[in-house]
Amino acid sequence: MQEGTQRVKFYQTGTLTVGNRLLDVELRTVQATTDRSNAITSGHRACQGCGEALGARYALDAAMRASNGNMIAVNATGCLEVFSTPYPETSWTLPWLHSLFGNAAAVASGVAAALRTQGRHDIRVVAQGGDGGTTDIGFACLSGMFERNDDVLYICYDNQGYMNTGVQRSSATPPTARTATTPAIGGEPGNIFGTGKDVPRIAMAHEIPYVATASVADLHDLEAKVTKAMSMHGARYIHVFVPCPLGWGAPTNSTIRVARLASESALFPLFEAEHGEVIASSPIRKQVPVEDYLKTQNRFAHLFKPERDEERIAVLQQMADRNIKRYDLLREEVKA
Amino acid sequence: MSAQFASTLEVGTSLKNHTGSWRTERPVYVDRLPPCNNACPAGENTQGWLYQAEEGNYRAAWEEIMENNPFPAIMGRACYHPCESSCNRASLDSAVNIHAVERFLGDRAIEMKWSAKTPASKSGKRVLVVGAGPSGLSAAYHLARFGHDVTIVEAGPAIGGMMRFGIPAYRLPRNVIDAEVKRILDLGVKVRLNEKVEDIPAMMGSEGFDACFVAIGAHLAKRVNIPAPDAGRILDAIGLLRDLESEVPTAPQIGRRVIVYGGGNTALDVARSVKRLGQEAIIVYRRTREKMPAHDFEVQEALEEGVQFHWLRTVTHMTGESITVEKMALDKDGYPQPTGEFETIEGDALVLAVGQNVDTHVLDSIPGVEHDKDGVVKVNPSMMTGHPGVFAGGDMVPSERTITVAIGHGKKAARNIDAYLRGTEYVPSPKHALATAERLNTWYYSDADKQVQPMLDDLRRRNTFDEVVGGLDESNALFEARRCMSCGNCFECDNCFGVCPDNAVIKLGPGNRFQFNYDYCKGCGVCAAECPCGAIEMVAEEI
Repeated sequence: MQEGTQRVKFYQTGTLTVGNRLLDVELRTVQATTDRSNAITSGHRACQGCGEALGARYALDAAMRASNGNMIAVNATGCLEVFSTPYPETSWTLPWLHSLFGNAAAVASGVAAALRTQGRHDIRVVAQGGDGGTTDIGFACLSGMFERNDDVLYICYDNQGYMNTGVQRSSATPPTARTATTPAIGGEPGNIFGTGKDVPRIAMAHEIPYVATASVADLHDLEAKVTKAMSMHGARYIHVFVPCPLGWGAPTNSTIRVARLASESALFPLFEAEHGEVIASSPIRKQVPVEDYLKTQNRFAHLFKPERDEERIAVLQQMADRNIKRYDLLREEVKA
Repeated sequence: MSAQFASTLEVGTSLKNHTGSWRTERPVYVDRLPPCNNACPAGENTQGWLYQAEEGNYRAAWEEIMENNPFPAIMGRACYHPCESSCNRASLDSAVNIHAVERFLGDRAIEMKWSAKTPASKSGKRVLVVGAGPSGLSAAYHLARFGHDVTIVEAGPAIGGMMRFGIPAYRLPRNVIDAEVKRILDLGVKVRLNEKVEDIPAMMGSEGFDACFVAIGAHLAKRVNIPAPDAGRILDAIGLLRDLESEVPTAPQIGRRVIVYGGGNTALDVARSVKRLGQEAIIVYRRTREKMPAHDFEVQEALEEGVQFHWLRTVTHMTGESITVEKMALDKDGYPQPTGEFETIEGDALVLAVGQNVDTHVLDSIPGVEHDKDGVVKVNPSMMTGHPGVFAGGDMVPSERTITVAIGHGKKAARNIDAYLRGTEYVPSPKHALATAERLNTWYYSDADKQVQPMLDDLRRRNTFDEVVGGLDESNALFEARRCMSCGNCFECDNCFGVCPDNAVIKLGPGNRFQFNYDYCKGCGVCAAECPCGAIEMVAEEI
């Protein structure tokens, strides 16, 4: 299995930081440039340290660069829509459409069809939504968009729950996590095991041209995946891990650290697939046990107090171990 | 049909919403003192010159060193690099090989014949420097750059002091000393060799010197009383090393087996030198290897070259062809205590390497100059002795006795002498708070192994004075410079600019760093948490 993104070594911080004055300009990120489009600009009402606001700017700025700014975004209902467009303000600096919670994929399919009919082949369509609008409410429309191979890049910003309505469980909420609807009470506190959906793998099962996972903790990788997706046509899906400090009970400054630990513990693996086959994954750089990730968030606090819930921590570790095996995350990095 | 209201709005209208009002803490950019800079006795801006070297600006990097230290090539070899001992990178993988990069820059300067910056104007003041060792040369260099007329008077036959007479050529080749000294003389510094100063105030008066810096070092070997039938078989280390500095190093006529008594770097220098001259070298030291004041890499190199060690032994007396030693044992406080057990070690000569004292003769007659009990000269924080206008530094004042400390003294004294001559007072700029390891986010630093300097092969180390440790070439020196983590000071990695969810960081362009846009900064602190080098601090807002 090849590496997800080419790593440049030895230049003080390599490609791990946003920019790097010692790197060639073309190897730096879109976010390192002062002419990035800031697709979602300042003044939005996202909470302090919002991973979704950050993930959306990362992804859309890369897509704007890839499409030379010829792009329309369609948004599902959710935090991202609510905090960016309280009437009559908007934080968006690109053509942006919102219709309903569940129909972003269908609206985007329609926009793509309309553009095709008009012969506007130069304008690209991106649909985006949170995990609620994607994995639950908009799931049928999304599957239809995949099945028809409509020319849309769908980006899901996964913060593992319905956050702006008060932190309810979604089908992306991990087992054991406390939400308003999965309280930390009873014999199995928090969300139960055996539920939920792995939407990236479901997307792969549609054998669409491109599926990838990404994280706000790995900007170079995220931008590379968005850029690659934008170079392709047909239905494409990117699932971005975006921590929610408020909903997860984590300090506002820990957003990126939490995301990093999710991938370094293998609970959120980073990989790419084309036409239903995994073609690349990002190896773990400094492996951590899942509890290093779980301990950063109060939604998992009941796993550690009043006493450690060894059994369920072990099951979560097994989930991580299965990801390590499935995506070959602990292979020796290819030395340059 | 008229347009819907919402579609008439401009894009990005949320800019009217100043979310900065949510903030309870604000991020501020800070500069912190890197531990390497903090540890350098010569006061080098280590991180500053590594920053230049990282970009391949070797000339600028070298000039940054030269601001504080005129001997990059010498220091890159002879300094015991406290910078590396304090380097935060040690907690990640291993310390940056700072001295190897410094040596690379120093050697490149010699090769390219780069010269020191000359003063903008002359002051018309004259300064006498007594002693042409590292401290005196350093002072002369800085004083010359301040525009003063400097004359060095040296009692010995050559320039360099302990750099030449205390450090063997296999650690510091003589052409390196000559090249870096020449650069100082090219600034117009005059040197008078083989001239012993007897009366400083008189000389200042008769020759018109406005100030004097005395740095005559500590050359008097300490003695321990060891009964021996033939006192000629007992030598002192400094004298022996000095004798090796004749045109062709020759073995002192002291027999085949040489016993060196002491555990400091000087003892190692003697042992390794006589080994190279074909003699056997045996070090006797009263404590353990771990307790030796010598640096462990020197002990290791000596072992590799075949020097023998007898730890936990004191010398009691010497007979014809052997010495008698008493075995020692460390007590619970780590002090050696006699055991009453004795043994003999065969040897033809005993070299004492048990420390040096200052020859205070030249200062004794000066009114106001005071000494401590060891003979070292008392100086005030401006390095001035009790006699106005007479300053002192280097090994002769209380401090750690290393070349780097001496160079630092020279610089400090020069700054104070300059202020004294101008009738002002030198006030050092305030220091930033220390950039400690826990402030770093080391995730962002790429894995990068330390670049190792090549070593001369064993055979040549046993019988020649060729330099033991080789230098880095350009590619691995550049690599090594880039291992620097820039602790506590922004190196423009763009992380804050990228990771702000509110787009509230303004990038000011190369060399100009960043600025916060407090109209929109909500104070989440992600920038501070993700700053690799710890150059952002969160400060509570007044509410």
